Amino acid sequence: MATAETIERKTTGKVRAHQTQNEGLVFEKSSPGKKAYKMPPLDVPAVDASSLLGKSHRDKRAELPELSEIEIIRHFTRLSTWNYAIDLGMYPLGSCTMKYNPRVNEFVARIEGLADAHPYRPESLAQGILDVMDLLQHCLLDITGMEAITLQPAAGAHGEFTGILLVRAWHESQGNARKKVLIPDSAHGTNPATAAICGYAVENLKSNADGGIDLEALERQVDEETAALMLTNPSTIGVFESQIHKIAEILHAKGALLYMDGANMNALVGKVRPGDFGVDVMHLNLHKTFSTPHGGGGPGSGPVACKGFLEPFLPIPVLVKKEDGTKGWNYDRPKSVGRVRAFYGNVGMFIRAMAYILANGPDGLRQTTEDAVLNANYIRRKLEDLYELPYKTASMHEVVFSDKKQAAKGIKTGDIAKRLIDYGFHPYTVSFPLIVHGALMIEPTESESLEELDLFVEAMRSIAKEVEETPELVKSAPHSTRVSRLDEVQAARKPILRWRPSEN
Amino acid sequence: MRYLPKSPAEREQMLAEIGAKSIDDLFSVIPAEYRLNRDLDVPRQQGESEIIDYFKAAGQKNATNFASFLGAGAYRHYRPVIIDSLVQRGEFLTSYTPYQAEITQGTLQAIFEFQTMIAELTGMDVANASMYDGSTGAAEAVMMAVRVTGRHKAVVARTVHPEYREVMATYAKHQGLPSTLVGYDRETGRVDLKALEAEVTEETAAVLVQSPNFFGTIEDIPAIAEIAHKKGALLIVSIAEAVSLGVVRAPVEADIVSMEAQSFGVALSYGGPFCGVIAAKEAYLRQMPGRLVGQTVDHDGNRGFVLTLSTREQHIRREKATSNICTNQALVALMATIFLTVYGKEGIRELAEHNLAKADYAAKTLAEQAGTKLLFNSAPRFHEFVLETAESPALWGPRLLDEKIVGGVELSRWYPELGNATLWCATEVNTREQIDAAAKVLAAGLVEA
Repeated sequence: MATAETIERKTTGKVRAHQTQNEGLVFEKSSPGKKAYKMPPLDVPAVDASSLLGKSHRDKRAELPELSEIEIIRHFTRLSTWNYAIDLGMYPLGSCTMKYNPRVNEFVARIEGLADAHPYRPESLAQGILDVMDLLQHCLLDITGMEAITLQPAAGAHGEFTGILLVRAWHESQGNARKKVLIPDSAHGTNPATAAICGYAVENLKSNADGGIDLEALERQVDEETAALMLTNPSTIGVFESQIHKIAEILHAKGALLYMDGANMNALVGKVRPGDFGVDVMHLNLHKTFSTPHGGGGPGSGPVACKGFLEPFLPIPVLVKKEDGTKGWNYDRPKSVGRVRAFYGNVGMFIRAMAYILANGPDGLRQTTEDAVLNANYIRRKLEDLYELPYKTASMHEVVFSDKKQAAKGIKTGDIAKRLIDYGFHPYTVSFPLIVHGALMIEPTESESLEELDLFVEAMRSIAKEVEETPELVKSAPHSTRVSRLDEVQAARKPILRWRPSEN
Repeated sequence: MRYLPKSPAEREQMLAEIGAKSIDDLFSVIPAEYRLNRDLDVPRQQGESEIIDYFKAAGQKNATNFASFLGAGAYRHYRPVIIDSLVQRGEFLTSYTPYQAEITQGTLQAIFEFQTMIAELTGMDVANASMYDGSTGAAEAVMMAVRVTGRHKAVVARTVHPEYREVMATYAKHQGLPSTLVGYDRETGRVDLKALEAEVTEETAAVLVQSPNFFGTIEDIPAIAEIAHKKGALLIVSIAEAVSLGVVRAPVEADIVSMEAQSFGVALSYGGPFCGVIAAKEAYLRQMPGRLVGQTVDHDGNRGFVLTLSTREQHIRREKATSNICTNQALVALMATIFLTVYGKEGIRELAEHNLAKADYAAKTLAEQAGTKLLFNSAPRFHEFVLETAESPALWGPRLLDEKIVGGVELSRWYPELGNATLWCATEVNTREQIDAAAKVLAAGLVEA
């Protein structure tokens, strides 16, 4: 132990160990009779629940914890200190766009009249929120270069589902739903999973030597049974498909459509528009490009934008301007793919995304994209001598290295990632995309200062040196966390997915 | 731009180190004909105070200070202040999905607590880390039942939330998963058990019901389970009003429960973000969609938590995954966890009993007025009830709005056979004064007529 501590104090970087509080499960802190609530007095006659509900009455109470308010505050505050977060430092997860989440977004999402609006309130009492949604739709359409949009999908994968349903509905209207969707081997796992739930067979498309779409292979594989290609652009190796117009042409020549996964839109906003380079339908991730918080895994929001010919198929309801100038919902759309979610989508995220767009304006959005690309290229330049760059193609907003040099010493991308934690950073995305063996996928976003970037570079360079000199130190990382090397095998083999009250 | 942490000189310095002459060099890979050579058509860059003014104006245009009796899948409950204090801690708010367990133990333990609370409340063995909402959760639950049983038909009660049914239809359409609808008993508003029995066959994968159902009535879950299980089908119970579980018997006979947890401290926010969650019997665990947090130990024997059983998920399994879901509703699930900790074992019961009392008073008071009557009054209900009025809601609705009251939802939109019937919801936030005022407006129509 003494050795490990000595090593840690010498660690180059921006961190030094400090205490975190231990904290049990909330259930273990419970004791009967403690309360953190007080109901106001009942102003109507009390009822006898068990006689009112009869057999439907609940006799056995749920074992929920009983705590006072201060204990609850401490419990969750202590838990929070065990998390890394954007607010603490750079979060270079490739493909995830972990950018700053502005606090004014949180403030405006909680404004009275917006936060407490019931989805079934009369449209006449919902004009303010409908105005916000209308403005957001307008902005997103200009940003994407598309002609129609739905905000209903709750996340990126849900947007993919909606987008592929539009594709399918359009093909059906042409007389043949078609059978397969082409997906590059570099794609996110959600793409094939989505195609499958939309009833399509998934056909893999091998990337070319540059990590992009192989036009010849595409030409060979696209046929009259191809519904669409699901393409991420820039690709998951952070490279813009410079042949994008030819890709679209090849697809369209066979009547297939081009779907774009908008996960990497942070590289394009204000610089180039998917609608202009041949994309027929795409989704956006408001929780990536438009700064709504990831919140430890959600909520997200995945609007889908499309060309005009797909508009009749959008999910119901669609936001419309009515003759009297007010806004409302149109449910009467016989060609619609149906509904993909109850109500109208993750509206709270629309408010936050709109606040982000207002804070930026056209100049800010363009500068944001430029800074995101600048940051990724800076990291590439500063690390390419020590880490293998499998694809030399120009990087956009993220850069993908491989662990080839370090693997020769028995150190893998996952080890380097864990060691990065000791330097005070969240790891990059590990082992993705699958086309790069031992990938280190780094997306700094625009939110990092030169100082933070330099600290990251310094950490990565220092780890590369450790790989040469003290590989064991890297292999056994992290050394500075509350827990280390959790037993995932045991977790999966004998799953414990909940706390249970003790038998006695 | 105030979110961008770089000076012009720093940008120049970085470009120089990269070896680029200008920022345009970094975009030169984009074919010139596609580059956007104009400003985006979005509003100009605004100061923080301007942004706040814009949204405040939107909020006020929405009209505030209305009393409301709306429910129907989105419920008005008091939200304890500490929920927002805690979820706005940057360590929760600005953290990613906890794939790196060593530095996300906070999120992981909180989700483990959420899974436990949901399992306790629903009477199921296990619960997942959340789904988008109640509607998509119900659809995913049906697909899960298809995987478990190897059968390909669903039987759905018409008393399930109509929008949930629409979502299910969208999901089922391309999976060779036909579903049939079963009507309701006109006296009780509960699913018609005889019709259900006739529809469920050896080919039925799942029976999907909601309880309390869309009319607010509590279904006879043991009887429905018997019908489903007799034919080897799974029973899925959808719960749109989670607070009901404080006083309503858990659907322990169900195989899968799909719940909307919005009532647990989540703002209405015009319908989202909400918080779906799927709970189930342990035997069906490996067919669950979505993320799961499991307990384990680290190499020093300390308790810790990890995302587990991820071989079900899209990032590992791709087209063979149990679902395409990736991002879920983690922060909203955290709100629900805090809410349930605040109310706790006793409070959730007391809260539910207050809802029961308010709705009982509201139902009786509104039904006392001439020309009004309660439908489905012979079955137990939680905090929603169906009121039939002689006068059309198109007439009394605007009169209520004049008094700053939003009345019940018109049911004819989904149930044309119900004519003038409206669905009302009274929760702990409705006062006796509001209820009496609404009754007075309803009564006034007949006097004038």
